[in-house]
Amino acid sequence: MATEATQTGHVSPVSLEEAGVCVDSHGGAIGMPQLCGEWMGNQIFWLLLTLVVLYFVLSRVALPRIEAILAERQGTITNDLAAAEDLKVKAEEAEQAYQKALADARAEAQAIVAEAKAEIQADLDAATAKADAQIAAKAAEGEKKIAEIRETALDNVKAVAKDTAKEIVAAMGGKADARTVTAAINARMKG
Amino acid sequence: MASESLGMEAGAEKSDGLVFHPMDQFIVKPFFGEGAVGTFTFTNSSFWMVMTVLAATALLVLGTSGRSVIPSRIQSIAELCYGFIRKMVEDVAGKDALPYFPYIMTLFVFIIFANFLGLLPGAFTPTSHIAVTAILAMAVFLTVTVMGFVKNGAGFLGLFWVSSAPLPLRPVLALIEVISYFVRPVSHSIRLAGNMMAGHAVIKVFAAFAPMILLSTGLGLLVTPLSILAITAVYALEVLVAFIQAYVFTILTCVYLKDALHPHH
Amino acid sequence: MEGDIVQMGAYIGAGLACMGMGGAAVGVGNVAGNYLAGALRNPSAAAGQTATLFIGIAFAEALGIFSFLVALLLMFAV
Repeated sequence: MATEATQTGHVSPVSLEEAGVCVDSHGGAIGMPQLCGEWMGNQIFWLLLTLVVLYFVLSRVALPRIEAILAERQGTITNDLAAAEDLKVKAEEAEQAYQKALADARAEAQAIVAEAKAEIQADLDAATAKADAQIAAKAAEGEKKIAEIRETALDNVKAVAKDTAKEIVAAMGGKADARTVTAAINARMKG
Repeated sequence: MASESLGMEAGAEKSDGLVFHPMDQFIVKPFFGEGAVGTFTFTNSSFWMVMTVLAATALLVLGTSGRSVIPSRIQSIAELCYGFIRKMVEDVAGKDALPYFPYIMTLFVFIIFANFLGLLPGAFTPTSHIAVTAILAMAVFLTVTVMGFVKNGAGFLGLFWVSSAPLPLRPVLALIEVISYFVRPVSHSIRLAGNMMAGHAVIKVFAAFAPMILLSTGLGLLVTPLSILAITAVYALEVLVAFIQAYVFTILTCVYLKDALHPHH
Repeated sequence: MEGDIVQMGAYIGAGLACMGMGGAAVGVGNVAGNYLAGALRNPSAAAGQTATLFIGIAFAEALGIFSFLVALLLMFAV
């Protein structure tokens, strides 16, 4: 195997490349294919061609389209966010209205309660006043009667005392003058 | 082992050893029939470039044809791709770079689709050729340089004059900045092509170890599963690299564009 | 015979060039590790710096790719 190279003779790939040969008789590469000048023109031509085609495909069709898609998506997202914001504001308004209605209803209920309370109080006051008046009248009547009774009782006591005194004086053997006895009793009663 | 490494040099000899042809997958040949490769020949490279354009069109044009507000899966991928690059341009290069967004998008889409399609078994990867990536990088370099001078006039040279450095250092820094500026397209193109080439070549080398079991059962039982495992692992890495290199190419384009629009440090 | 010596030198050179990939690995690991350390200290600022992370990784990795390219050139193009 090691003799092969010497049999064919070592030919520098550079000299072959200079002769414009980059592939040996078996189709294998001689040297680096990257350095083969014969193929460079072809590659450069096709590279420039495909690059220009790709550039026009991208700059005329693909990139504007993707940009439009992204812009449209951005627009949709912005619109949706705005709509969501609107709905949120509406929901807040509805909640405020609800709270207001609730507060109104509460206030009304309290007013009704207060009115009812006041009415009852008024009735109660009137009844109380009437009852007080009756009680006062009855008390006055009772006092009057008590006074009458007391007066009558006093008179009775005077009469009894007069009679008793007259009898006592008579029993003692004296002669009781009615006028004198009455005066004495009155003086005693006062004293 | 000596025979293996020589097998590489000796071409497609019908040998009974392992055959290594890691670079054969990069050969450009006519897609239809045989013959020489002229400038306008439709080659396998051209085929996969056209496939790249078709795949990109399928994703970005057909995928968005629904124009739905709630995107389908393919449409959301297209939108993701659009948003990713647009945000990158805005963040890295600034708002005034947005007119160049379709150009940067073209570069990104072309590179990422070429990288991914190249990972299909049997496919050709156009971006593994320095001729291709050099054109992409030179296009960026020339655009950025011309635009820098058009927008800023001689002020664009302020890019090389680091005004924040001490005065004696400035000429030295200016020299370094000029060199690094002209190295940009070189590293820009070789990074992409080198990454693609390296990954594919490594997969191919591991693939060449896989038929070891046909040669010797004892060694093959060890080597063949290991090489298949390695192919899988490197392939997974390559999927990542395919994306990262497209990303890096694009973001570096944005960085260079920012330099052209705002040359003052 | 002369060709064999050239080939041998090219292969040795390719192997040496591969050491550069180790440097790139250290660089990428450094970038990612420092990013992670910073991100854990201040997670809120991490998301804004992923672009910088990838740019840093890309720069570090590009140099490894250059050494790989040199190896490939030595293997296949010299």
